[in-house]
Amino acid sequence: MTLLEVADLRTEFATRDGVLRAVQGVSFSLDRGQVLGLVGESGSGKSVTGFSILGLIDPPGRIAGGSVRFDGEELVGAAEERLRALRGKRIAMIFQDPMMTLNPVLSVETQMVETVLAHDKVTRQAARARAVDALARVGIASPDERLRQYPHQFSGGMRQRVAIAIALLHSPDLIVADEPTTALDVTVQGQILYEMQKLVREVGSALIWITHDLAVIAGLADRVAVMYAGRIVEEGEVEDVLDSPAHPYTRGLLDSVPANNVGSGRLNQIPGMTPSLLKLAPGCAFRERCRYAVARCGEMPELVACGPRRVRCHFPVVAAAAAAAA
Amino acid sequence: MAAAPRSADTARAETPLARFWSQFAESRLALAGLALLVLIVGTALLAPLVAPQNPYDLAALDLMDSRQPPGAEAISGKMVYRLGTDGQGRDMVSAIIYGLRVSLYVGVASGVIALTLGAFLGVLAAYLGGRFEQVLMRIVDIQLGFPAILVALILLAVLGKGVDKIIIALVTVQWAYYARTARSAALVERGKEYIEAARGLGLSAGRIVLRHLLPNALPPLIVVGTVQVAHAIALEATLSFLGLGLPPTEPSLGLLIANGYEFMLSGKYWISVYPGVALLVTILSINLVGDQLRDVLNPRLAK
Repeated sequence: MTLLEVADLRTEFATRDGVLRAVQGVSFSLDRGQVLGLVGESGSGKSVTGFSILGLIDPPGRIAGGSVRFDGEELVGAAEERLRALRGKRIAMIFQDPMMTLNPVLSVETQMVETVLAHDKVTRQAARARAVDALARVGIASPDERLRQYPHQFSGGMRQRVAIAIALLHSPDLIVADEPTTALDVTVQGQILYEMQKLVREVGSALIWITHDLAVIAGLADRVAVMYAGRIVEEGEVEDVLDSPAHPYTRGLLDSVPANNVGSGRLNQIPGMTPSLLKLAPGCAFRERCRYAVARCGEMPELVACGPRRVRCHFPVVAAAAAAAA
Repeated sequence: MAAAPRSADTARAETPLARFWSQFAESRLALAGLALLVLIVGTALLAPLVAPQNPYDLAALDLMDSRQPPGAEAISGKMVYRLGTDGQGRDMVSAIIYGLRVSLYVGVASGVIALTLGAFLGVLAAYLGGRFEQVLMRIVDIQLGFPAILVALILLAVLGKGVDKIIIALVTVQWAYYARTARSAALVERGKEYIEAARGLGLSAGRIVLRHLLPNALPPLIVVGTVQVAHAIALEATLSFLGLGLPPTEPSLGLLIANGYEFMLSGKYWISVYPGVALLVTILSINLVGDQLRDVLNPRLAK
């Protein structure tokens, strides 16, 4: 059953140098309990997509068009009051840097209790009991004592656990996680991923996991959407996309993962740089860096179904490889 | 790791306040300043109990005792004037203690009012942005473009004398410093992720401003506050010295200095010099505390 339906979402920022179109027509849908990996380089618009879903785009940014339907309700253009009622309650967000997402001058207890009370009319004691439960659930030892402490008394991994516990306080239907493990040690990252996977299953939340780390996606997500220059270039089941990428960019991303380079061979990299979103030439944004690019790439390819997945390329790699072999 | 507790045994429930205090106490000079300040404030608060004489009670004064040098005995033989007497035969020790009281009251009251007003407007400007912010900050710029003493002089010339009048004048002069500091601090904090996170949790705007934004914007305000209180006391002394500001019936330190000024050249130095020393020590102790506060609260100097 579809929980979230994002259609042709467009978010732009007015800058001194012109309008920066960070998200240019992103569409995807997400079922209850499903995990979607949103992958892309810095500046590909993946975080802005996440923020747009929660309506957390501040001027000079604005959602220029499209729709975000959450459980049948349109969120684009919804009243701020309505969005606020949903945020933290039914849609939660987890941020990248656990050092920064907790208020340094308030104790963890204060921050968790106020989150409970923001949406539910319960007593302070009941709110506190829920906070203790939530901390215990994310694997924090002696939660009763830890609750009284301040953020600076927690390590990075522990802070992210607290942030996750806060996000889970209301058992949300949807969690948008913006690179929550990027700032953590690999070992801690593994633990958090494991916990996250377990909790999402327990609570039944759908999860949008925004990251640039394909290894994380491979282990966590059901579906993956690869973004480039504000558009989804490939979307499909994780196994399909990661095992046989159809878009040259997805392939380039996979080739750039060091683990895929056996032995001491040179690391593969995608030549060139992410194009500036301010002066994007018409046509496929990736063509400057694409080794298969031809004149036809000067016109923007549509995101078309290609088997069980969707690809935005005139010459999906499978076809290109086949053509080269012929 | 930078944020790790300073030692294992304090890790249990170390509040930000406890951590702040241990950092503040690292400087002996600041502790000395704080001790001095506590002493001065304590003396001023307990003036009726501590002072040998009530300098406002004209019946207790004896004109025969006027301009006595330090250490002179009263005509009545009831007391010794340790720091001499002024032109009305007032005991200088008592006059200074009561003068301190007035000076501190004026400085702190105007500081607190200006801080509250400035912080509120500044944080609001940072949070709302847009036209409100533009207009407010231009007013601040204009305000800060005028010399403080000039603005205060004009205001007092219009308003007249009195403690409340001088507090109004000082608040008018000083709120802009707080507003500017509060806005810049709040702008920095507003850009941080925990504010975004708080919005992501669906907290109300009022709660975010009061509970999240304001407390985090407070440290630089406290620093500016201590400095500005010292400024306010000095400014009040200046205004009183010029004869504007406080009425002669409630002499502040500045007025005491002014009263003794005409006798300076005739060798009766004590009427001006001792209130001057009291003023100096008060402002110095406030600044010592303020300096250390700045060091402790400045995130760039954080260890």
